Formats: sequence, C-alpha cells, structure tokens
Amino acid sequence: MKNAVGRELPEQIGNYTVKPFAGTGKAQKVLPPVVSKRQPRLGPEDGKKLCESLQEAIRKTGLKDGMTISFHHSFREGDMIIGQVLTAIRALGIKGLRFAPSAVVNIKNPSIVDFVKDGTIDRIEASGIRGELGDAVIDGLMEQPVILRPHGARPRAIETGELQIDVAFIGASASDEYGNCTGQIGPNACGSLGYSFVDAANAAQVVIVTDNLVEYPCCPTSISQQYVDYVVVIDQIGDPAKIGAGAARMTKNPRDLMIASRAADAIAASRLFKDGFSFQTGAGAISIACTNYLAERMEERGIKASFALGGMTANIIEMFKKGLVRVLECSQSFDAVAARAIAEYPNILEIDNSVYSNPYTRGSMLDKLNFGVLGALEVDTDFNLNILTGMSGEMMGGLGGGPDVADGADISIVTIPVIRGRTPSIVPKVFTCCTPGDSVAMVVTEAGIALNPKHKYYDMLKEDLEAAGLKLVTIQYLCDLALSYTGIPKPIETTDKVVAVVEYRDGTVIDVIRQIKR
Amino acid sequence: MRLTKAGIAGTMESSDVMVTVRPAEEAGIRIAIESKVEAQYGDEMRQTVLDVMNDFGIEAAEVELRDRGALDCVIRARTQTAVCRALGTGFDWKGEDR
Amino acid sequence: MERKTALKRTSLYVSGTNPVNMIQAGFYNEDCMVFDLEDSVPATEKDAARLLVYHMIRDHRPAGKYILIRVNGIYSEWIDEDLEAAVRARPDAIRIPKVEYPEEVTMIAQKISRIEEEAGIEVGSTELWCNIESYMGVFNAYEIATASDRVVALALGAEDFTASMRSQRTKEGAEIFYARNAVLMACRKAGVEAVDAVFSDINDLEGLKRDTALTKNLGFDGKTVVHPRQIDVVNSFFTPSAKEIRYAKRVLEAVEEGKRQSKGAVTLDGSMIDKPMELRALTTLAQARAAGIPV
Repeated sequence: MKNAVGRELPEQIGNYTVKPFAGTGKAQKVLPPVVSKRQPRLGPEDGKKLCESLQEAIRKTGLKDGMTISFHHSFREGDMIIGQVLTAIRALGIKGLRFAPSAVVNIKNPSIVDFVKDGTIDRIEASGIRGELGDAVIDGLMEQPVILRPHGARPRAIETGELQIDVAFIGASASDEYGNCTGQIGPNACGSLGYSFVDAANAAQVVIVTDNLVEYPCCPTSISQQYVDYVVVIDQIGDPAKIGAGAARMTKNPRDLMIASRAADAIAASRLFKDGFSFQTGAGAISIACTNYLAERMEERGIKASFALGGMTANIIEMFKKGLVRVLECSQSFDAVAARAIAEYPNILEIDNSVYSNPYTRGSMLDKLNFGVLGALEVDTDFNLNILTGMSGEMMGGLGGGPDVADGADISIVTIPVIRGRTPSIVPKVFTCCTPGDSVAMVVTEAGIALNPKHKYYDMLKEDLEAAGLKLVTIQYLCDLALSYTGIPKPIETTDKVVAVVEYRDGTVIDVIRQIKR
Repeated sequence: MRLTKAGIAGTMESSDVMVTVRPAEEAGIRIAIESKVEAQYGDEMRQTVLDVMNDFGIEAAEVELRDRGALDCVIRARTQTAVCRALGTGFDWKGEDR
Repeated sequence: MERKTALKRTSLYVSGTNPVNMIQAGFYNEDCMVFDLEDSVPATEKDAARLLVYHMIRDHRPAGKYILIRVNGIYSEWIDEDLEAAVRARPDAIRIPKVEYPEEVTMIAQKISRIEEEAGIEVGSTELWCNIESYMGVFNAYEIATASDRVVALALGAEDFTASMRSQRTKEGAEIFYARNAVLMACRKAGVEAVDAVFSDINDLEGLKRDTALTKNLGFDGKTVVHPRQIDVVNSFFTPSAKEIRYAKRVLEAVEEGKRQSKGAVTLDGSMIDKPMELRALTTLAQARAAGIPV
C-alpha cells in the first residue's frame, strides 16, 4: 500500500502493524486513556533506595528477559551510562530486551552492536541510529525492524502503550540518596533532563544513575523522588568534553554563513517578525550561525522575542542576557553554558519533552512557535525532508524534533547547501521521507530561497520576501542546479527486508528503510 | 603512449580527488576507486578515467582514485594532470579544439 | 568589437588550487569571479591549476557572473601555457598582473588573437583587465588602457604598487591616494572601467566600509575582494541614488530618441552623449537592479 507521501509500505513488518501516514492534519484526534506502567506503591521497606552497584539495582528492579529499558540522550556523544548499564545487564544474563533511548545514541566501546550480537538487546526504538550500529542495522543486523520516532511521537507512544517501559535508567549529574535529581549542576552537568520526564512518570521502575551524590534534598530538582525506585552511584556518568561538543559549533565556512544569513533575512522579512515573536534554531553549524544573524537583525530593528524553544546553545543564552528573548524553554542543553544557565536564571526553564513537542497533549509549545529553522540531509521537489539516511543509504542522523518543528511552527525553514561534495541535497525524490513536504514552508540554499507553494503561508511569505528583495527560485531549479554539478546518481538498491520503520509524530508510518543490497 | 613512471595529482581535501597513475606491464587500464559515492558514481568515474587515457593514447596503466566527493570535471582535470606529470610533458591544449 | 556592459562592483579572487572554493564562489554575490593561476598557486601546482580552472569554467560556468582568469606574470615561464588554457576556457576576460607598458598589452593581445583563431573563438572577444601595480604602471595607465581594444578595465594593485614606491601600506591609504586618482583619470579618459585595490584585512569589516566609501566617492566602478565576507559590504556601496538612476534613464531615453530620428550625435542638457556615457548609464541601471531597486 502507498501512504500520503507516495511511499510503498508493507501492511505488516514482523510484529509491527503499519498504519500508513494519511497526511498532515489527518491524524486521529482523540486516543484512548493514557496507559502507564507506573503503579501506586510504597517505597522500599528499609527506606533505602541507594544501591551498591548497577547489578544490585537491576536485580532489585526484577528486570527480566524481553522487557523494555529506556535512557535519555542528554549526555549525547559523552554518554558513559548506557554502556555500563548494558554491561551489567549482560553480566546478569538477561536477554532479549527492547532498548528504547529518547533519541540517537551513538556510543562506542562498548557499541550497542555488541549487545545485539550477544542477544542482550533484540529490539531498538529510538529517534535515529548511526555509526557502527547504523551500518549494522542497515545491513540487516536485527530480526525486528528498528522503530524510529521523532521527539513528539515518543511520549505519545509511551502514553498510548505502544512503548511501555519496564525500567528507565536516568543519568543525572546530581542526585540525592532518595532520587531527587537534576542535570543542571555537578561536574558532568548536561542541562535539561526534559526527555526523561515521561519515562520517570510512566516506567514501572526508575533507576537514577549518578556520579555526584548530593545532600538531601537535591536542589534544584528536575525529577522528583516520588517516581524513583533506586539510586546508583558510579565513577563517571559522562565525558564533559563530549557532552557539549558535537552539537554546538560555530562555522567559518562562507557558504554555510551565507545560507545562515539568508535564513535570518527570510525571518526578518516576514511580517511575523515583530515584538513577541518566537523561534527555534537548533544546533547544527548553519543553525548556530543563523541564531547569531537573527540576533543582529533583532538588534537592528529593535525587536524582542517572547520565547526560544527546544535545544539551547550558548549563543541563545547570550541573546537572553542581552534582553532579546524573554523566556527560554529548554528541552535540551547543547553545551556547557546552556546546561548551567537553567539553574542561574529564573526565565530559563527546563521543560518536559512532551510539552515541547507531543501533539497529543492539550497543547505543545511548538504550536505557539513562529519560526523553526531545520537542517536536512536531502530535500525533494515535493519539499519532503530526509534527515536520516545518507547518499549510500547509510544511517546518518536522527529524526530529533525536525518533523515536529516543521508541523508545529508557523514558518519552518530548511537550511541546506545545494550540493555537499558530489552529493546533491536537492533531489527529485528523497531516499527516506521523514518530514512531509506540506509542513515545510521554505528551503534556504546558497543558490536562493525556494518557497513551498503548498504551504499554508505561501502567499504571505511570497509577498514579504519579494518586498525585501530576497532571491526566490523554484525547488525544481535548485534540484536541476544540484544535478548539473553532480550528475544523476545511480539509485540505491535495496532488498525487500525492512530494517527500520519511520514513524510520523502521530504514530503513522511515513516511510520504511530497507536493507541495502551489497 | 607508454608510461615509464608514476604521476600524482590532486589533494585529499573535500570535493577533490587524489589521482595516481602508474605504468603497467599488461595492456589495459586498471582503475581502483576509494570513494564514499562509488555506488552512485563509480561507473562515471571509470568512464572519465578511460576517456582521459584514450585521449592520451595510453593503453596500459594502473590508476588509483582516492576521492573526496570530486565533481566529474575535477576528476578529469586531476587525471590529466597526473598523466602529464607521469609523461613529463605539458598538456596539449590544441587537442581541446577538436 | 561591440562590448557588453557588465557589473564590476566586486571581483572575487578564487584560487585555482581548490575545487571546493571554486564551486562555492559561484554562489556568492560577487559580480566578477577571478580564477587565479598566479599568486595563490604554488609553482609546483601551476599545471594542475590550469586544467582545473579550464574544466571548471567549461563545465560549471556560474550563470550571471563575469568570469576572469588571472594568468601568471607577462615575463614568467608560465604565461604562454596559461594563455593557451585561459583563452580556451572562454572567460569574459583575462586579467594580466603587473602591466607597465602598452607594448606588453599588444604582445599579450597578439598571443590571444592567435589562440582565439586556432581554437575557433571569435578573434577579439576575450577582454583584458590590466592590473596596475607599480609606479610605472600608474605612470603609463592611459597608454595601457588604450593599447588594445580588448582592454575594458584597469585594476589597481596596492601592495606591489606601494612596494615599488617604497611606501608604507596603511589602512587609511594616503600612500595610494594619488595612484587611485591617476588610474581613475586614465580610465575615464580611455573610456574603460576602474577597479580599486583590495582591502587586505579580511577581519576588519569596519575598515573595509571606510575604504570602500572612499572607493565609491572617488568614482571607481568596483573593487577587488579577497574573501567572500567582503562581497556584500562592497556591493552595498555601489547602490546608485535615485538621482543617478533618473539621470541614467534620461541618458538612455535620449539615445533611443536619437536612434529613432537617425541622428548621428545625441545631446542631453546641452552636452553630447558619447559611448562611455551610455555604457555608464546602463551600468547604473544594472547596479540598481542588482540592489533590488525596480527600474
């Protein structure tokens, strides 16, 4: 069967029943009552939550073969918890687990691949996979397909019961012995723990893992003791150099700067750019540069924003300090400055991922967002975005909040170079469709801006951008231009085996990723 | 035309390619490609190298492409440079007028 | 040979060694893109750069830009092969470094004519920009500008000029003030365009603004830039005023009217409109359009 973005899908993939994507705004409006594994129950009889070791905590949770474990991704490339927890689980001989981190987890030494190969893990549900695990999955490592969800879809999946968590392991840079914990302070601070809130509230058991035991009660507290079963202290939860690195970087590439500046120009040209507007720019190289240009435009025009949303970076904190933004709503903190800022300023807030991005609440903050700046690996002439797979079909990215921001923000802006090396970025058809084109307002490249004629604000944007003298081109022009440089690539050949399912924010399937034919 | 020594051109920078041509005993052009986009563009890369070798009249050579995402025209320029260096001659610009 | 007008507000040098910079430069806002075979290319890479620049221009000539190739010095060992490659790449112009005497221009122009003929390119179509970068070049600027019909612009090079003068190069540029005016006057008299020197400190955008204000106020048609971040700053200074646009339109209307009435000489407000005036009017309107002003 074909879904609303023309992707051919099987009806059933192993145990997974496919609900095809029906289009933006076509989702089922009301879902059944929330399903949770959280039980009303008394705390430990001796009043002691502190365990001697990870193994002891895991034993006490009663983790069994086939259960589901979860982690957050707020330590990013610097995470040292997942490897230690999985090693402890393996030592206890527990097998066949479903591994459900809140986003991409790309750990090395040990690699997740090792735990799949030895049978500790047999299912993965995440927002993306890459590196060694990505390569192995695309080559058919797993029996069951990996389920990939954008940020907004994960809390929905947890609350509908599609992803029920037996044990949530939550890394915290400071915790007391009763489980009040946070990521905002301590030597390995990672900032917002917003992605863990839904896990803490709905998992059958919650284990806090820290390397920084503080005096009771831990203050500030992000996750409350009421949800926490056990606390374990280990030597090191993360590598601070890598917790903040990777995501946040300032580019000097003139092409990227040009794209960033043009995206800021497009925002500044819009009539929605006025006092009290809101934005989310993200943490890619172009995004960070775009944030700086946006700050310049705001200062020039004397415009102040009401809030910035999502993953925070040092330069947004800088804007806040200058009084350019009134409130920062942080679902994630991409660098050390952003990580510490939450504890320092009352208007910099740690928010639950669900209030950030989950469409199935009484309102997520994305619904109030004016401008969202996104990255992508590929855009096609229908404005569909691929944010997962690279030129040879390899797994390169994570869905993150991309599809959510595109759908929620009034104006979603994709910043992307026309070509990268010999790889065209604007193509006739994306290899993996992750974000439906209908939700994308414009694509900003070094060769001009393409507005999406099917977007709800097309007429308004066309008028505003033309009045500002910005160079508008068609997406077809950009595609032809890209291919005139690179030549037409030979299509990637796949087998019929589905290795990953790409869910949209409403839980329908927007695409699948098939095994690459070697 | 016969190669008597090796020639090398290009860099390992992004969007460039390092091309090495070496003399070969057996007739034929053997091409080794190291590239992230070989699956997509390997055939075109080989054809470009063969065209260049044909233009120079070289019938036996080993050619190695260490590609960093070079466009076709870059592969052509680097291969021509590598061959000229191996032959120790300048490029025959009049050949471009045909 | 009938010359087309082209905006020359910014001329960006792009090294002939680096494919990624060449590809990206095609997307920036510079009016003129100068593929360089000279200073930015080490002696051992001249052969590689010629081929790379040649194929890049032949295969991926950026649309809507004026394309130049800067060859090596007139007396260098590379000049002949540079010209063989450069002419065949069919750029709009070849930019010759350190021109000091008109005879040098005629010699280069003859070589270009021979190559154009061999390659089946219209003889005379390859334009020339002469870099004026010594006291002798400044001294002979008018003779250089008129030595060949191919010459459409002179470009001042401040670093070598000040070295030849034994001056100190400063950001304020008092030491090149005379040279700027001398070159500009020669260009105006010869009816060719005048391109000002590079502002070398790519990190000092405020300094660039001050320098470019002078460039524009003196009367230059544009400026050479060495880094992409200088482009938009320099372009912004070459946005014509409403008055200039009005005047340009009147000049062109008068020329049109003259054509309709088959008049030999056309006058406006009592003065005769010559070819350079007409070209300048076209340039003014092109500058206005490039700055997003509807004309």
